[in-house]
Amino acid sequence: MDFVDLIKKAGGPNVQSCYQCGTCSGSCPAGARTNYLVRDIIRKALLGLKEECVSVTELWYCTTCYACTDRCPQDVKPTDVIKAIRNIAVAEGHMLSNHQKVAVKVIETGHAVPLDKEMWQQLREKVGLEPIPPNASANPWAAEEVKKLSEICGFDKLIGYEEFLKAEEEKKKKKKKEG
Amino acid sequence: MHFLGCIIPHRYPSVERATRLIFPDLGMKLLDMEGATCCPAPGVFGSFDRVTWATVAARNLTIAEESGHPITTGCNGCFASLWEANHELKEDDELREKVNNNLAEIDREFKGTIEVTHYVDALYDTAGLEKIREQVSRPFEGVRIALHPGCHWMRPKLVKQKDESERPHIFRDVCETTGAEYVPYKDELMCCGAGGAVRTADLEVALDFTKQKFDSILEAGGADLIVTPCPFCQLQLDLGQVEIQKHFGEEYVFDVMHVSEFLALAFGHEPDDFGLDTHLQYMQRKSEPNWAQILM
Ligand code: SF4
Ligand code: SF4
Repeated sequence: MDFVDLIKKAGGPNVQSCYQCGTCSGSCPAGARTNYLVRDIIRKALLGLKEECVSVTELWYCTTCYACTDRCPQDVKPTDVIKAIRNIAVAEGHMLSNHQKVAVKVIETGHAVPLDKEMWQQLREKVGLEPIPPNASANPWAAEEVKKLSEICGFDKLIGYEEFLKAEEEKKKKKKKEG
Repeated sequence: MHFLGCIIPHRYPSVERATRLIFPDLGMKLLDMEGATCCPAPGVFGSFDRVTWATVAARNLTIAEESGHPITTGCNGCFASLWEANHELKEDDELREKVNNNLAEIDREFKGTIEVTHYVDALYDTAGLEKIREQVSRPFEGVRIALHPGCHWMRPKLVKQKDESERPHIFRDVCETTGAEYVPYKDELMCCGAGGAVRTADLEVALDFTKQKFDSILEAGGADLIVTPCPFCQLQLDLGQVEIQKHFGEEYVFDVMHVSEFLALAFGHEPDDFGLDTHLQYMQRKSEPNWAQILM
């Protein structure tokens, strides 16, 4: 499948309606402070220049604010196109390590921002709440369900979960040796 | 059903507490959503893999479907994930089939029987401005508020069809019931910088957005308070001040409240009733809210 078809399938079906007017980049707060140019990425995508789209760090500067999507005269939905290109980038192994860590947290705890320290429970008690909220933090079966879903979806493989665990194990061993 | 998400219950519990005060004040009952997980974050997980994102979001939706009650959430990100997944799964048969095949493995099925709302919808549509006004016993007369509505509650406008995203009024109307003075500023509708996995990818780029917003508020003559309907924006605007100081050496001092906290105070609850002083900015700076400025 060529790159444009991949994008359409991954969540950017209108990508080919783009006529390069630049309204998206003109509205883009990420483009105003970095080298990220949404119009340019879409142009490269339409030319089939996959590598130049998926491997650049700028791809990850879009905050998905949808300012471009609300203004694009061609209903390209540039935000969705960028997300689709990111899906392809991740599938081809271009994932930032910080992002991998967040993905691992959801696989392991059910939450991207987990209740992972005693201090967060204390904060809850301080404001007059029970220490553990009724989400997955208090219900380990819920995190188990998410873990299972991530296996079924192949998400664990996609983000390199096993390799991540191995690397963590190695780090621990190294620390033990040194310590 | 009350969808908590991650940031409210795990980092800004004062927002959860304040919400549990104001909803009953307005005659609305919140039901706990046992076993709900991360929404999962739309800009993060939606960027990694759309089908996984939709599957995990749909799992959350099925918990509410079992109860038969609509979802309400106080986070723009959670709202976007759950609302959009609900919407897309109702429209896109191919995605729905994939997702339901996945969910079948944990004995769940997405049926598409409930609606997803944001607190702002519950406040504006369900309670209504009149009822909110009746509850205001401590009006914020003379308090200047800058608003940060954030992106994902109202955008993309053609899909969500809630408010005119270039000239929104709903969030402002809700905040103005308190008698506070609305301060317009140039970058009000700009993103806080945290979304789309940018905060995780490159903190300095994210903070640079936030700085622009602060400067824009100052150019408009400053404000006593910033109000937002999203805890992730709140984290970025609140804790972000500490981070901006560390990364760029510039000091900003703004109190930032979630709309639930802002209304809790206006309804006569005390700051200690919900722990306003536990915001991460105050904890890290060992500071306190500017009590005089917010009439406490
Ligand atoms: S605004 Fe739309 S049509 Fe114009 S360049 Fe951007 S994506 Fe293309
Ligand atoms: S959604 Fe992304 S590309 Fe579009 S304006 Fe916002 S930051 Fe720029």
